[in-house]
Amino acid sequence: MDHLDRLEAESIYILREAYSKFSKIAMLWSIGKDSTVLLWLAKKAFFGHCPFPLIHIDTTYKIPEMIKYRDKLAKEYNLDLIVHINEEAIKQGMGPEKGRLVCCKALKTDALQQVINKYKFEALILGIRRDEEGSRSKERFFSLRNEDSEWDYTNQPPEFWNQFNTDFPKGSHVRVHPLLSWTEIDIWMYIKRENIPVIDLYFAKNGKRYRSLGCAPCTFPVESNATTIDEIIEELKNTKVNERAGRAQDQEDAYAMQKLRKEGYM
Amino acid sequence: MTARELLKIVVVGHVDHGKSTIIGRLLYDTKSVPEAAIERVKRISKEKGRPFEYAYLLDALEEEQKQGITIDTTQIKFSTPKRDYLIIDAPGHKEFLKNMVSGAANAEAALLVIDAAEGVQEQSKRHAYILSLLGIQKVYVIVNKMDMIEFSEKKFKEIKYEISTFLSKLNVYPQKYIPVSGFLGENIARKSDKMPWYKGETLLQALDLFEKDKELEDKPLRFPIQDVYKFDHRRIIAGRLESGRLKVGDEIKILPEGKVSRVKSIEFWPENNKKDEVVAGMSIGITIEDEFFNKRGEVIVHKNDNTLYVSDTFRANLFWLGKRNLVKNKTYKLKLVTQETECEIVSIDKVIDATTLETVENALEVRTNDVAEVTIKTKEKICFDEFKANSSTGRFVIVDEYDVSGGGIISGLANLKEEATKFAKDDKEMIVHCFDEYYYSLSEDLIRKHPKYKKTFKVGDAVPIEGETYSYPESFDVIDIVGKLVAKIRKGQLNDLVDIDQYIYSELPIITADGFYLKVNSIDEFKDFKNELVQLQKNDNLLLAMFANKWYDISANKSFKFTD
Repeated sequence: MDHLDRLEAESIYILREAYSKFSKIAMLWSIGKDSTVLLWLAKKAFFGHCPFPLIHIDTTYKIPEMIKYRDKLAKEYNLDLIVHINEEAIKQGMGPEKGRLVCCKALKTDALQQVINKYKFEALILGIRRDEEGSRSKERFFSLRNEDSEWDYTNQPPEFWNQFNTDFPKGSHVRVHPLLSWTEIDIWMYIKRENIPVIDLYFAKNGKRYRSLGCAPCTFPVESNATTIDEIIEELKNTKVNERAGRAQDQEDAYAMQKLRKEGYM
Repeated sequence: MTARELLKIVVVGHVDHGKSTIIGRLLYDTKSVPEAAIERVKRISKEKGRPFEYAYLLDALEEEQKQGITIDTTQIKFSTPKRDYLIIDAPGHKEFLKNMVSGAANAEAALLVIDAAEGVQEQSKRHAYILSLLGIQKVYVIVNKMDMIEFSEKKFKEIKYEISTFLSKLNVYPQKYIPVSGFLGENIARKSDKMPWYKGETLLQALDLFEKDKELEDKPLRFPIQDVYKFDHRRIIAGRLESGRLKVGDEIKILPEGKVSRVKSIEFWPENNKKDEVVAGMSIGITIEDEFFNKRGEVIVHKNDNTLYVSDTFRANLFWLGKRNLVKNKTYKLKLVTQETECEIVSIDKVIDATTLETVENALEVRTNDVAEVTIKTKEKICFDEFKANSSTGRFVIVDEYDVSGGGIISGLANLKEEATKFAKDDKEMIVHCFDEYYYSLSEDLIRKHPKYKKTFKVGDAVPIEGETYSYPESFDVIDIVGKLVAKIRKGQLNDLVDIDQYIYSELPIITADGFYLKVNSIDEFKDFKNELVQLQKNDNLLLAMFANKWYDISANKSFKFTD
């Protein structure tokens, strides 16, 4: 087994563990490369099936190509897709001009909480990775969130020997992170190996490409001439830039992501 | 793409001995961190009016940076030309021990960091103990902050002696002692010219000298069922191969019940994932020829493999990290691979203070952050190995309420000091096994005694003369050759209990307290028997066996039944 095989086996084990333990479970799908790999792994874990619904939190500010791609793939894969918008916040004119972190909280964190409440989900599967940023590097595979989706990162229960915390008080929910051990390069190597379709925003056009996808007003492409996966991998091996450098909300404050995630952000 | 080897290394040691700084420096000096992360640390260090803090490369949480501590484990990938590493930075504070264990439990090798000026401290000891408990044998000691002791060889030797003396008591034998300064980068990625007396490797060179564990695929097959799927016409048994290998056509046995079948297919998606053989570490799915009702928690082994234990009691070494202390006779949940069952701690044989190595026998509880030797009884029989035979199936966690609160490694089967069946009259007491049932356990391939009645029969009480695997007449005598007592059973009741010297042969059948028929049919034979008995040395097992073979008939009143 090479290192991609090992990562794949670990992720599949975690997906199956989550599915076995929680009946009210769903997977977050953001159309990005990580959650698309996650969807692929789910189909591997369940032998061609995806036995739970996918959730897409639509902020209404997403890059338009993402929405087109979402609808196309949902049809092709025959996905059970829940699309949710925090209509209340949109009505009241929520947008990045009100403050990036405020906007993220309303249109992503709060929107997600609304979905959890509506469908009474006990567990959500997300494609976050340890190497993305500091607070994610501290995550557990199975990570508890209280009724308000808050994450108590200074007092997490131990997690070892592939035994996960799957018992929890009523009203809280569990975030399951099967891709925690993967790096950005692992993701691209796997996409190449498995021939997984990804949205073409990641490939360079006119000297620019997206390294990480989000909302149009807060997501900026990076300088790049990488037009193939091999070129992307080569670029990543030599880059001095962070993956989320083009995500404006991360730059708002030295601990922006930590603060967002403490309140329930992905 | 070539398969690169991955080695997971945990870095442990007392708080402030420089664990995060050493790792940060290693990453920095080998250019393993993106420029952006270095810029960020520069900015934050400057804001705080401090020199460049290598530790911030790992301690990303605001609280960690403000207080200069590590709260939770960070895992960082790092590569040398030889292989890939996962470096796990574990916190050194006692209150974050559960996070240290979360990190260390997944590692194969460890670096124990010790401050040259401070020497071995409380958490150095505790962490070393936990390494030994987790079965991590490959350890380097990194003596950090050599700049604080003027890079002195003499002091390095002294501290090395102190450390090795303590560690040898724990059966931890470090392979190397490396003197470094994390802050100055001495002997981290480059050879230090301040310590010419040190002829060994730098930390970076030494990492590549760790040897990886033998792969699990050469061990006997252990395939715990994680789930059974029926999404379409197939009934797929899914799970991860913990050890061994499996191919289509293999004859298998499904424990604890021991049902036998054959592997019909190895399932896969998509089409190009087809494999004829799967090996340890893979998450797989199979179909089998017989449509049994299979469920999560059963363990599949090869048909002729009898090495997996199936039992409800075992001994274990355990570390406790719970919010509440671990106590006897309380119901906890035990998880061992995909098996889950209720369990109780029936005895706490020894509690060890990990920092002084003082032991307390028969303690009432195990306090948070202590380690202990315990005997555990599970509600249902479970399948397991001894940890030294198979680490995956030889370890378990204990859940208290909602949280995983402790972990343990199995050292072997246990025989509980069960309450025995007894006859009693006045101050006399005779322990009897003649009403125990004998079962031949097919899964374990051995005969087990099952004590059915844990009670004391007094004169006048009816006794169970008929069992599943034994049958006695209505009236007979029971002789206890160790306690030198004889019990009289008349019409199915305990009638009397006398000393052997006061006993007069009654011409009724005699059985031993263990339930074996005594080949004595006359007063003379009884005299011969008693004379030999007087000469018998209690602790001479060979003589005892000869005596038993001469006088006892095992099968006259007893048989055994097959069980799973």
